[in-house]
Amino acid sequence: MEYIYAFITGGVICIIGQILLDTTKLTAPRILVIFVVSGVVLTAVHLYQPLVELTGNGATTPLPGFGYALAKGAMDGAKDGFIGAVTGAVKATAAGVTVAIAFGYFIALVFNPKSMR
Amino acid sequence: MSGKKKKKKGSDVRKQPIQKKEVAKAYEKYAEQFTPKPTYVKNCLKAFLVGGLICAAAFYVQNQLMGKGIDEKDAGTFVTIMLICTAQLLTGFGWFDTIGKVCGAGVIVPIRGFANSMVAPAIEYKKEGIVLGVGSKLFSLAGPVLACGISSATAVGIIYWLIEKF
Repeated sequence: MEYIYAFITGGVICIIGQILLDTTKLTAPRILVIFVVSGVVLTAVHLYQPLVELTGNGATTPLPGFGYALAKGAMDGAKDGFIGAVTGAVKATAAGVTVAIAFGYFIALVFNPKSMR
Repeated sequence: MSGKKKKKKGSDVRKQPIQKKEVAKAYEKYAEQFTPKPTYVKNCLKAFLVGGLICAAAFYVQNQLMGKGIDEKDAGTFVTIMLICTAQLLTGFGWFDTIGKVCGAGVIVPIRGFANSMVAPAIEYKKEGIVLGVGSKLFSLAGPVLACGISSATAVGIIYWLIEKF
């Protein structure tokens, strides 16, 4: 049952992205930004947390999940004081961001540009 | 002599914007004939299936990892790392564009699109060197996402800290 929830939630979030991509003139990076920021805002008003508890990876794998991790880290850190509030967001997503940067740099060095197939 | 030249140049510059606009308008019309109308329902269905499958697969892997005794938070991090690495490898091989063309937002919206958007421009600008080419272009698309995401999350954190304090 949990798999079905994850499937449906992930799918619906992707449909929203597809609709934005097809019907508006927004470019992909803007859509990514919209998704991440909306994830942050939804988490801040406690709407995203129930979704994550219900559907697990369905809600954390898409990009709003990145915003969720950022906001949750900041909110958890805020309990420990100002420094916690400032460091929490990056701390919570450090693994993903670090791997994305380091591995991405490595890949870009190893591979050469290819034409679209 | 030089005055004459300047005058000529000036009139040219004044003429150009009008021409450019007309050309752009004509081109837009011309291009419209060849732009295929997006098939909304089909695209949405594809995005739903692909996005759902990726999320379900991520869930499966996370459950497998948790079954091996890794706690939930670490398992989630592992899954994220795996998704990012596979997306970046696919981009390196040049397959991601093909997959993205077929699946649309289904692969862009999961965290994979973020990983792809880092590597793709970095590879393209390899010619400009490994510091200013690869190093800076790595962030040409991911930069806005990181900047907006981290700024908004920090704002949320500070607001929560203020609420807690007062």
